[in-house]
Amino acid sequence: MIGVDSGSSIGTVTAAPVSAGTGVLPAPGTDEKVILSIRDLNVYYGNFHAVGGVSFDVPKNQITALIGPSGCGKSTVLRCINRMNDLIPSARVEGEILYHGQNVVAKGIDPVAVRRRIGMVFQKPNPFPKSIYENISWGAKINGIKGNMDELVETCLRKAALWDEVKDKLKENGLALSGGQQQRLCIARTLAINPDVVLMDEPASALDPISTLKIEDLMRELERQYTIVIVTHNMQQAARVSDQTVFFSLGEQRMGMLVEVSPTRELFTNPRDQRTEDYITGRFG
Amino acid sequence: MPAIDLGGRRRDVGERVIGIVLFVCAAISVLTTVGIVFVLIEQAVEFFLQVPVADFLFGSTWSALFNNPQFGVLPLVSGTLWITLIALVVSLPLGLLSAIYLSEYADQRVRDVLKPALELLAGVPTIVYGFFAVTFIRPDILRPIFPSIGPFSALSAGIAVGILIIPLVASLSEDAMRAVPRALREGGYAMGATKHEVSWQVVVPAAFSGIVASFILAGSRAIGETMIVALAAGSRPQLVTNPLEPMQTMTGFIVQVFSGDVPYGSLPYLSLFAVGLLLFAITLMLNLISQWVVSKFREVYE
Ligand SMILES: Nc1ncnc2c1ncn2[C@@H]1O[C@H](COP(=O)(O)OP(=O)(O)OP(=O)(O)O)[C@@H](O)[C@H]1O
Ligand SMILES: [Mg+2]
Repeated sequence: MIGVDSGSSIGTVTAAPVSAGTGVLPAPGTDEKVILSIRDLNVYYGNFHAVGGVSFDVPKNQITALIGPSGCGKSTVLRCINRMNDLIPSARVEGEILYHGQNVVAKGIDPVAVRRRIGMVFQKPNPFPKSIYENISWGAKINGIKGNMDELVETCLRKAALWDEVKDKLKENGLALSGGQQQRLCIARTLAINPDVVLMDEPASALDPISTLKIEDLMRELERQYTIVIVTHNMQQAARVSDQTVFFSLGEQRMGMLVEVSPTRELFTNPRDQRTEDYITGRFG
Repeated sequence: MPAIDLGGRRRDVGERVIGIVLFVCAAISVLTTVGIVFVLIEQAVEFFLQVPVADFLFGSTWSALFNNPQFGVLPLVSGTLWITLIALVVSLPLGLLSAIYLSEYADQRVRDVLKPALELLAGVPTIVYGFFAVTFIRPDILRPIFPSIGPFSALSAGIAVGILIIPLVASLSEDAMRAVPRALREGGYAMGATKHEVSWQVVVPAAFSGIVASFILAGSRAIGETMIVALAAGSRPQLVTNPLEPMQTMTGFIVQVFSGDVPYGSLPYLSLFAVGLLLFAITLMLNLISQWVVSKFREVYE
């Protein structure tokens, strides 16, 4: 009965219109359903203004998909959320990303602390050249998570729908797995640090259709406990898995900008902006 | 004649000539190596006809240049091992730390200055390091700490050899670490790892085979180093456990014989080749081990 309850509550949240980029935003920390609030985000690589004036909210325990043509700054926005852009010397970020009301891109914020709450899965599976077991226990260890490691490894692998395939070879190198299994291992290791939010940058683009479906099912499953933001080029995928979709486009001088934020069903069936409609019907980019 | 010529006969001839030239070049270097080994073995065999192999390998007195010479090579081997050990204790930590700094911490501009400087250091003639050991390391650094140290010692020579091979370790380890894909580092950072944790627990293990190979190469370089030990280690072959004492290495002995007036074809002269052969065998073994390590632990990223 509990399962049905939570399922239906997700349904209602999905159906309710989420505060879109243009509307009046609630004051930070007042809306319990919004976990991330991106406000007037601008990103520069050196002199190049890559992303301009992006604002949208990410609802808690939902999947938000970022779509748009290549080079419009989807990865850039995603990488700002967990401060991965700090690793690029030329990158500069302006604006606010409020996480539970705290601005994670502000000066005094420790990026390591941010990344411990906001995990990331990359386009190309990048397991560590360690055993499957250590791939998962390592993150927990460096984050000071104590307790039964065997149990944690099993839980994470089960959550990532990988346990049955690897339970007999936990000591083997993570690189010995197939691409799809490696990607699920990367998801499992991200779950081991017990994040709030999981960012995924085209997590299935390097995978075959069956592995892709597995990852999509997995996201649906994870949504109950985590908030997911996913970048994808696959429109069907965005339509299938996400609750909310953010459409980006290229503006003048190749600057990426936000065009529309809507509940996914609405964006795909009844887009508000002509550019969105052109893009999703394949008349553009 | 067909409109489109797909025969390409002229190119065929050109390719073949280039192939032959390249083969000859490769063959020359292989033949040289074979020739060197052949000469070593030929003369060493003559030596071993007069001195039993077991006496040579396990004897603990080396007095090749005295009356009634004894040819137990262990003192020379011990001298070589001492100096190699000291050199590695100096160079492995410093080399690895420099490599981590260069690859993970230094920003582009610093690296652009430091890396060539490091390689320049590797180009300094080794005799200069020998000098440096005798005129600076011993009197200014070691004597204040160990007042009993003599003019020549394994310690000062070993430290100088260590300094000599720091750039080798640093440069090769850094190459190995830079070859670690950026995606792997990002994976580490995305897990909430600090720079320190990513460097030591992601990058170093991923570059492990290359780092170990650089260590082994450094070891064989230290074993073969000649000029520094000839200048700074002294020339007393002795099996001792005190690195403050003078010692003679295998290479040091060879230099001593060549710079003295040992008659051609005499037993001390022939002993050179036995020592040379042993040196060759040891370094060959190290290189084989290094190749084995690299192939065994090579990480496959694709
Ligand atoms: N490290 C960088 N240095 C300089 N410019 C960059 C860097 N990374 C991205 N850019 C530029 O920023 C813009 C946005 O790039 P981004 O990778 O965010 O696009 P994207 O929407 O993820 O594209 P894709 O769909 O192809 O992955 C592009 O014009 C790109 O060239
Ligand atoms: Mg991208």
